Amino acid sequence: MSDLKSQASKNAAPGKHGGLSAEIQSRIGHQLRAIYDDVVRQGVPDRFVDLVRKLDGPATTPKAAESGNDNGQDDGRD
Amino acid sequence: MPLTDSLRDDILSSVPSLRAFAISLCGNADRADDLVQETLLRALANIDSFQPGSNLPAWLFTILRNLFRSDYRKRRREVEDAEGNYAKTLKTQPAQGAHLEFEEFRAALDKLPQDQREALILVGASGFSYEDAAMICGCAIGTIKSRVNRARSKLAALLYVDSAEDFGPDQTVRAVMGGSGG
Repeated sequence: MSDLKSQASKNAAPGKHGGLSAEIQSRIGHQLRAIYDDVVRQGVPDRFVDLVRKLDGPATTPKAAESGNDNGQDDGRD
Repeated sequence: MPLTDSLRDDILSSVPSLRAFAISLCGNADRADDLVQETLLRALANIDSFQPGSNLPAWLFTILRNLFRSDYRKRRREVEDAEGNYAKTLKTQPAQGAHLEFEEFRAALDKLPQDQREALILVGASGFSYEDAAMICGCAIGTIKSRVNRARSKLAALLYVDSAEDFGPDQTVRAVMGGSGG
């Protein structure tokens, strides 16, 4: 019976649980993660660090005058 | 939820996987980063609607996917107008340092229907549960499961079955699925 099983995996035929053979599933999973992790390993580009650190949330925006200093953003209007 | 420093840190730590997901959706790194930027702006502006203690990555992925979907609809019209120029852009992706096997796999991924590809990435690469993936895609858990299964079968047919060419992908998938009824 194990012969049948290995043949099935060669042909990408459905396994016992109606899915693909474990071997093919793991190959697909491995490749998927390799492609994905390739990007993940690049970390966080500076543009996003600046954006997330500097941008105010919705509620805090009107309170800009609260601390009065260190606003750090000069958009050219006063 | 107020935008605390630790929440900002949590958002930032989701950025690498948001980028990976965005690239898998767009197939284009520049456009993917624009999509991530838009997602972050949207998330920061709507941070009040994030429930503390709920799944932040899933919330961010949902925003990104929705933005991509609405953008995609617009772009599809542009593509039709531009007569295949967009497709040409996709093909000129740099393949530096990538193995041939990767390239083949990427090409096969591109052939999957959008719904199946995103389900497979969310579950198989991002590591979301079926439940979270269903929430992100706004569909039932069973739908996600069947999309993931169909995606895997189609990839297997495209990549690992020698005679796939003889059938054409769709019929092969049906054969691989063991005729489980369309």
